[in-house]
Amino acid sequence: MKGLIKALRPLFEAGRDLAPIVLVILFFQELVLKQPIPNMGDILVGMGLVLSGLALFVRGLEIGLFPLGESMAFAFAKKGNVAWLLLFAFLLGFGTTVAEPALIAVAGKAAEIASQGGVIDATQAAMDEYADGLRMTVALSVGAAIVLGVLRILKGWPLHFCIIGGYFIVVIMTYFAPPEIIGIAYDSGGVTTSTITVPLVTALGVGLASSIRGRNPMLDGFGLIAFASLLPMIFVMVYGIFTV
Amino acid sequence: MSHLDLFLETMHSTLHDVIPIAVVLLGFQLLVLRQKVAHPWRVFRGFVYVLLGLTLFLMGLQAAIFPLGEVMATQLTNPAFLYGELYQEGVTVLETIRWQDYTWVYVFAFAIGLATTLAEPSLIAVGMKAQQVSGGAISAWGLRLAVSLGVAVGVSLGCLRIVTGTDLWLYIIAAYIFVIIQTMRAPKMIIPLAYDSGGVTTSTVTVPLLAALGLGLAATIPGRSALIDGFGLIAFASVFPIMSVMAYAQMSRWMEKRRAEKETMKENDNAL
Repeated sequence: MKGLIKALRPLFEAGRDLAPIVLVILFFQELVLKQPIPNMGDILVGMGLVLSGLALFVRGLEIGLFPLGESMAFAFAKKGNVAWLLLFAFLLGFGTTVAEPALIAVAGKAAEIASQGGVIDATQAAMDEYADGLRMTVALSVGAAIVLGVLRILKGWPLHFCIIGGYFIVVIMTYFAPPEIIGIAYDSGGVTTSTITVPLVTALGVGLASSIRGRNPMLDGFGLIAFASLLPMIFVMVYGIFTV
Repeated sequence: MSHLDLFLETMHSTLHDVIPIAVVLLGFQLLVLRQKVAHPWRVFRGFVYVLLGLTLFLMGLQAAIFPLGEVMATQLTNPAFLYGELYQEGVTVLETIRWQDYTWVYVFAFAIGLATTLAEPSLIAVGMKAQQVSGGAISAWGLRLAVSLGVAVGVSLGCLRIVTGTDLWLYIIAAYIFVIIQTMRAPKMIIPLAYDSGGVTTSTVTVPLLAALGLGLAATIPGRSALIDGFGLIAFASVFPIMSVMAYAQMSRWMEKRRAEKETMKENDNAL
């Protein structure tokens, strides 16, 4: 019985993710638009897939990735070898971002739009290349962001100076970047940090801040995510300058 | 058959996505930390679940979430819905787009932003942590509401931008300047939390829906291009919570100050 409840909990949580969207859309369909949704059957099947997929995914993270990743983040934070710690931080940011579902979806969409708009060739190969390039760029930038964030915790730099400095770079880069990339670049900041990245990266930050004397987990432990949403904007604009 | 093909193809590309993180974790565990993996069978099962789940999720996204976002965008901007009586007289496209005509788009965006963020589980945890650290000055519910309102206002403003076609960077830079000014005045301990809340709020289901909504709007509103105007909603949803969380912290500090002042005044009166 207990095992069943445990197994069903992710399904319930995935339902909770999806329910507000379904409710709002139903409300608008019934009371405002008063129009039927085309392909209702396909959409229902798709909803079922999203629900079961998200539940399986989260359950898998909980029993496999998170315990492993969290214990390692703590182990590296305590071990004190800075070079290994930074390498681990980079690879953790990179690896988790590559597998981030929202990023896979949005990168694919961006490639589709870019090929329709004539920025890249309208072939499947060109689209795949563009989407993969975008994702690799974002993953690299999140890796770099986590390294920077870990350095900040080690050195005790104040967060707001780093972030405000980052904002200035974003503004300057916007001036040089082609207009077609700016929207997707700004969006990539919010896309990167969801299901996989946030828990693992937070574990690393809080582990670090609590193992270094004189650091406050609240003030220093948070802030890694802020870096991970800032750097992708800059990196994707650089990517845009070189590819478009 | 085609469903099976699609499944296998998605699974194949998903495998490529999951392998890097598996290699990183196992490699470091075995080669650098030189520790055995605890519960190897459990971890392996976890990876299989992740692989299967991600595959199903991505297939479902293509079949349900993307089309839903697009359908909502087209139906909300349909001339028959927008212009009602005018449409029956034969008007299909107005010469100039009036942003007032798209009120339901903004309302829809606001509702989606508010509802999805209020239900976001990671935000619940963050809220409780913030309540603990601030010693109750910031309530968990207040923080959740602040973030949700931030996302809701952000997304509907983002839709307004798509309708009017204003440059995205103008909005974002204005928002940044506002954030910088707030950073100088907000209570210190809320700042890291506020910056993080921007990234945390947008969940795995909300992001693709917002992307589809924005692209759908840009594609159907006359004079807008999906390439230039379609993206940006997620950026709005990430910047505005930073502002609303800092504003909330500023407000609760101000109210506390006023309450304290009132109490000291009362005490002074009593003393007299």
